[in-house]
Amino acid sequence: MHTGSALLTNDVGLHARPSVKLTQLAKRFGAHIEFARATTGPWVDAKSPVKVMRFKATKGETLHFRARGSDAAEALAAIVSLVERGFATEPERTSQLPQG
Amino acid sequence: MEKRFAGRSAAPGLALGALFPIANGTGTRVASGAAESEAEALRSALSAALSDLSALIERSTEDAAAILEFQVALLEDDVLAEPAHAAIAAGSAADQAWLQALQQEIAGYETSDDEYFRARAADLYDIRDRVLAHLTGSATETAVPAGAIVAAVDLAPSRFLAIDWSRGGALVLTAGSTTSHVAMLARSRGIPAIVGLGVDVDELSGLALVDAHRGVLIVNPGPAARVQFERDAETAATARTLATAAAMKPAVTADGTTIRIVLNIADPRELSDLDPAICDGIGLVRTEFLFHNQQGLPDEEQQYSTYRRIVEWAHDRPVTIRTLDAGGDKPIPGLTPTGESNPFLGVRGLRLSLAQPDVFRTQLRALARAAMHGNVKIMLPMVTHPRELAIARSMLDAEIAALTAAGIPARRASLGIMIEVPAAAIAADQFDAEFFSIGSNDLTQYVAAAGRDIGAVADLADPTQPAMLRLLRYVVNAARAQHIDVSLCGDAGGDARAIPLLLGAGLRTLSMAPALVGNAKLAIAAVDLRSVMESEPWPT
Repeated sequence: MHTGSALLTNDVGLHARPSVKLTQLAKRFGAHIEFARATTGPWVDAKSPVKVMRFKATKGETLHFRARGSDAAEALAAIVSLVERGFATEPERTSQLPQG
Repeated sequence: MEKRFAGRSAAPGLALGALFPIANGTGTRVASGAAESEAEALRSALSAALSDLSALIERSTEDAAAILEFQVALLEDDVLAEPAHAAIAAGSAADQAWLQALQQEIAGYETSDDEYFRARAADLYDIRDRVLAHLTGSATETAVPAGAIVAAVDLAPSRFLAIDWSRGGALVLTAGSTTSHVAMLARSRGIPAIVGLGVDVDELSGLALVDAHRGVLIVNPGPAARVQFERDAETAATARTLATAAAMKPAVTADGTTIRIVLNIADPRELSDLDPAICDGIGLVRTEFLFHNQQGLPDEEQQYSTYRRIVEWAHDRPVTIRTLDAGGDKPIPGLTPTGESNPFLGVRGLRLSLAQPDVFRTQLRALARAAMHGNVKIMLPMVTHPRELAIARSMLDAEIAALTAAGIPARRASLGIMIEVPAAAIAADQFDAEFFSIGSNDLTQYVAAAGRDIGAVADLADPTQPAMLRLLRYVVNAARAQHIDVSLCGDAGGDARAIPLLLGAGLRTLSMAPALVGNAKLAIAAVDLRSVMESEPWPT
């Protein structure tokens, strides 16, 4: 199990576009990835846009992540980085991902 | 060649366009009764909706595509349809299961404290209706041509909403009623509508003129009818410009009497594009919309945040919120009684709230908390006996005491009653209420013994008949004697033809749908109360 956390800094929090970006990124990995408001949970599946939107995270909240699976470490690093840079479309190409 | 059909006007306006008949007018789906085929129906509707979206994305600009991609992401997520599949497995029909699952999801967005999340509810509505259209086989309506005149026997509200009315059009129904939900929707969206045409839908094809002011449909109009239409359209355009301008100004009669204009709201989304300056507050918030989801009744927090949002929109203007008015023609599964021989005379409105005290207490708590954020007035529907008001008042006071004891901020909002049961109107002086609001739709149907849902007796249910005007004047005088406010919040309040008579009966506050404000203010400006008073036929 790999864990990490990141502060939501973008103005509008984890809403529609960031949620889509987060879930699309998570789906690139085989690892099971979850996040929560506290390290004790409750945990939310980072690959489900419906659940991510139900979570309603807003600016200033810290998200705790955990991942398990062969590519868990890589997945966690990528996701924490996405949140930390405020969901900025780093390499433009990442938005062209196939959807699972 | 030219054929004329007469019906009843359900929403005023003029339209010229091609008739677009919709065969199965009700839009209801025949459930197979087998869980597996219902589940399959839902799966194929979901995948059809996804194909629609993909096609739309290809044709869209980048910004629009990003919005649609969010909808795609939600639709592709199996979690979205999970509750629907569970309901289907438990015996629900696919369309009902889907509708209820999405209502629940939408409620989660709409009750958010965050503006952004609330706004995303629109995407959920879009998804809901798109899938529903495929389930009910009405998906062809996405192909209703721009400005078409939709013809049907009757139309379900969801089908009305599934049609893109952004480029005009009109609705003509061969059956239907002016007080139906779809008629209310047409009025609030400004779509001309005629009901009760009494012809076969098959006869309705080709080019047609809709004069929904007069309730006339002209199929294959000749040159004379066309010339007349163009003249009418010009007059209507001028009137619309005037109404739009009038909406922003105070409502004042020709003799200088200021009339207060407040709004009827059935859904907080109606407020999103509205400038509060067009009104003096909200005269009726219908709270039933909160109670229409399958996963149970709205909790205190959900209700509180929704009420608060409406109150904040109004700034310091008064906001009258009606406690749950279920029953009658507004059943709520699991809450309202089933099998009543005449639901309009049964357990509805406050009667239901007093029979379900836990549900009522939750709503009273949410209202008392929302009252901290503005000028909230709590209105009780279907009050018949002063005892009912006394019980409701003591329940409200007890909940406020409990909130205060728990350190939760709450305020005693003023508590008033709707006057819609003849017993309450006739004995209005016996009610120790803090305000009255006359519900003219129900009061008319009870006074005239003519059901609002029965087209054949619609003519008898006239809110301006002498018996009604006499009763209105009596209620207004009873309110004055008690030094309390009185308003009217039925359809008559926004009806330009009824307004002079309502003002003549002494009313000075009218509540109406937002779309009617401009015309109502124009109608008010034309009234001279000095002459109306003199011609008043009834003793005071």
